Amino acid sequence: MSADYPTIRFTVNGQEFAVDTLPMKRLLDVLREDLHLTGTKEGCGEGECGSCSVRMNGELVNSCLVPVLQAEGACVQTVEGLAINGELHPLQKAFLQCGGAQCGICTPGMLMAATQLLSLNPHPSMLEIREGLAGNLCRCTGFTRIFESVVAAASAETHNVHDQADHAR
Amino acid sequence: MHVLILARSVVCYASTRTTKAASPTMDTIEKTRIVGAPVLRKEGVDKLLGRARYVDDIEREGMWYGLTVRSTIPRGFIRSISFDRRINWSEFTVVTAADIPGKNHVHLIIADQPVLADGLVNHCDEPILLLAHPDKHKLREAASAVHIEYDPLPPVFTIDESERQETIVWGADNLIKSFLLEKGDVDSAWSTAAHIVEGEYRTGAQEHLYIENNGMIAEWNPETGITVWGSLQCPYYVHKSLLAVFDLPEDKVRVIQTETGGAFGGKEDYPSTLASHAALLAFKSGQTVKMVYDRMEDLAATTKRHPSRVRHRTAVDSNGKLLALDIEVATDGGAYATLSSTVLSRATLHSPGPYVCPNVRVRAHSWATNTVPYGAFRGFGAPQSIFAIERHMDEIAAAIGIDPVELRRRNFLHDGDTTATEQVMRDPVILDKLLDRALTESDYYAKRERFALENQSGPVKRGLGIAAFFHGSGFTGSGERYLNSLAGIDVIPEGKVRILVANTEFGQGTNTVLSQIAAESLNIGYDDVIVAQPDTSVVPNSGPTVASRTTMVVGHLIERAGAQLLSMLREHAGLGAHFTTDEFFAACERYRAIHGKVESLCRYEAPPGIFWDDKTYHGEAYPAYVWSVQVAQVAVDTVTYSAEVEDFWSVQEVGRVLNPVLAGGQIEGGIAQAIGYALYEKVVLQNGHMANNQMTNYIMPTAEDVPPIHVYFEQIPFRHGGFGAKGIGELPHDGPAPAILNAIRDATGVGFNAIPLLPEDLFLELSVREPQVETAPA
Repeated sequence: MSADYPTIRFTVNGQEFAVDTLPMKRLLDVLREDLHLTGTKEGCGEGECGSCSVRMNGELVNSCLVPVLQAEGACVQTVEGLAINGELHPLQKAFLQCGGAQCGICTPGMLMAATQLLSLNPHPSMLEIREGLAGNLCRCTGFTRIFESVVAAASAETHNVHDQADHAR
Repeated sequence: MHVLILARSVVCYASTRTTKAASPTMDTIEKTRIVGAPVLRKEGVDKLLGRARYVDDIEREGMWYGLTVRSTIPRGFIRSISFDRRINWSEFTVVTAADIPGKNHVHLIIADQPVLADGLVNHCDEPILLLAHPDKHKLREAASAVHIEYDPLPPVFTIDESERQETIVWGADNLIKSFLLEKGDVDSAWSTAAHIVEGEYRTGAQEHLYIENNGMIAEWNPETGITVWGSLQCPYYVHKSLLAVFDLPEDKVRVIQTETGGAFGGKEDYPSTLASHAALLAFKSGQTVKMVYDRMEDLAATTKRHPSRVRHRTAVDSNGKLLALDIEVATDGGAYATLSSTVLSRATLHSPGPYVCPNVRVRAHSWATNTVPYGAFRGFGAPQSIFAIERHMDEIAAAIGIDPVELRRRNFLHDGDTTATEQVMRDPVILDKLLDRALTESDYYAKRERFALENQSGPVKRGLGIAAFFHGSGFTGSGERYLNSLAGIDVIPEGKVRILVANTEFGQGTNTVLSQIAAESLNIGYDDVIVAQPDTSVVPNSGPTVASRTTMVVGHLIERAGAQLLSMLREHAGLGAHFTTDEFFAACERYRAIHGKVESLCRYEAPPGIFWDDKTYHGEAYPAYVWSVQVAQVAVDTVTYSAEVEDFWSVQEVGRVLNPVLAGGQIEGGIAQAIGYALYEKVVLQNGHMANNQMTNYIMPTAEDVPPIHVYFEQIPFRHGGFGAKGIGELPHDGPAPAILNAIRDATGVGFNAIPLLPEDLFLELSVREPQVETAPA
């Protein structure tokens, strides 16, 4: 880090960071190299495969296409921010149980795309799941078990909400 | 009769698993606790948390980065290499062929491929020179400042050009390998045939498109030698290659597999080249060097599936029985031999399909061209020749006017029949059952009737297509005997059983399935088993992770190693007939106190009665076969000329299914990849260089393109496979391409004989057909 570089401030997984770096450095590289959050992967470097998907201010973005200056002041969520206190996120549980991850390299991006999908649409139809994940390529699974994972997670989240509602009463 | 358990693989949670017995004789499937259950992927949590460490996730203090300077022409002599003065070259390490301390070749079958081109280049993107620097951002500019001048030679780019032998680009005759397989007397059959049907079928190259590109880190230390970490399938292939390149003894080269983000055969041989490059830079610079390809380099420079051209001439009697199969298989091997001979072997052996025929002749040739060498890819030659025979069966059916399903049924192999190599089918063959199930599940006949009506109006034409096929599990012929694999387990002091194999996990489930086998065999828990990271200084050589062999062959070794360990503990450490996990590990510690370590290794033993003659291509080509019937439903839009797979059914017999979630995932993933092979994925070469070397224009199926895939297993345990398993991984890629093109034939009445079949190909053929004009009666 050089003093010549501007300081970019943003929040990743709830934690604030200030990084002195080239403003045009890719968010992907800042996450991986500067913050050592290597869960986010590079697959193509041109926004086609979705392996580098992260959530930024409630949007799903390809972090290989985002210059870090665009992240100034932003809230970013990566795969490392899904599990809370070591407890797997419902989507992570579902991917594990349904066989939604094989080689695992597309998985972080796929999880972020699925998180985004369920945040906007907690009970997507199969067509909506296919559309929601169409920007994320998986070469291992043929997607079938990823779809099942999302369905399972959506139904598990419903159960969780019900549980909480029961407790609240 | 044989026992079957039909397990629908579309399962999610264990509680919703639907396993039903097809017949009351299910007791031949051994009762097990862990084998057969959908236990969770061993390394799954690490992958889901994003903490699994792939090669590019690994950084070392002060690490340097490497880059490859490649040929820009397909063939020619290197006249000069010069270095632009605008770069301060003293900061860089530069490696050429002259820096190689040992042999300048990639060790594989034939030593024809240099690690770095020395004077002559034989394909575009051939590595010539390597650069390393501590700042990876300085490498691209430096690479552009290396000027290479060539004296070009005429290149050859296709099978057809290469076999004309007008320009010789490899050896004396361009011929990398040929095989002749003969059964009976083909030439005597033509005169007795009711029908003779001919056809030519072509398949294109296919890119693996693993989402993790190739990558390697290398370190050199004068005391310990070379260590490499990388994304790879076969640690001992890389090990052997490095021994030759550096002329080092075995204990001075160490190869460690890092988490690998997909491979599909694409990381079988190429990592030997990349590891050599990274190690040469580390050796010369004295630094740890990382080389990770970006997507464009990976696509342009690494192996693909062999393109093929297969010609069939078939004699059939009046009842539709096959009398003679005369087959010519030709593959494009690319610029160097690499694995082309073994790919051709598998293409040869799978070319007659799962049919009985008294007279078979297969003449097979692999031809050299000036393209990046073609290499291993899921199916390894079988998808090419199965595309041909299964498309051809539909053309035969059309020519003689019978139902393609019926034609297949009349010619299926059964128990006791012999294949083209005169291998007797000693194990049960249940193709009829697989076919019946596929027809029922897809509602084949009712749908065909309905589509025939519906297709009369409207622009969308629907059709159903079928493919029936086998895939040989494990190495061909005597291959497993030569491999002589050693695998096993040990027990670490922390109280875990550890799997010791060189077989790698790259998504298929090696870690999980081998752990299930060990736990079952030792009667301990799945969580009591861990898997050693594949590291040639730790694990024995249990052979490469290829050829759908791991679960069947290596799994069987682990099963035996478990039984052997229990005997050792009973004999020497007082383990009782029945024991708890604590008692098991207590016995292990007693054993350790006496013997120093607790380890059980087993070496491969060939199943009895196996005979194979490499010269005449006769005998037991494979120790076991897996079988499948697939049905594709395709809609062709005659306005947009797009073909869409709407639904897909796959029924298969793969021995015992050890983990239904993983097995189902293998089938579904293979089918999706093969849908891409059939309809989307085209490698466009311009002057021998891949012109569409980006994910933007090399198109694979997305979440919106893959149809619902229905997977059904029938299980017949194979007595020489790990807990009854045979190979699964490659089988599903064999059938979809012909099934899909057969469905398009059914939908449109036009038989397409080449893949990939893109909308523009459909347009060319369907749009220029003669319009149907009704002539007024005279």
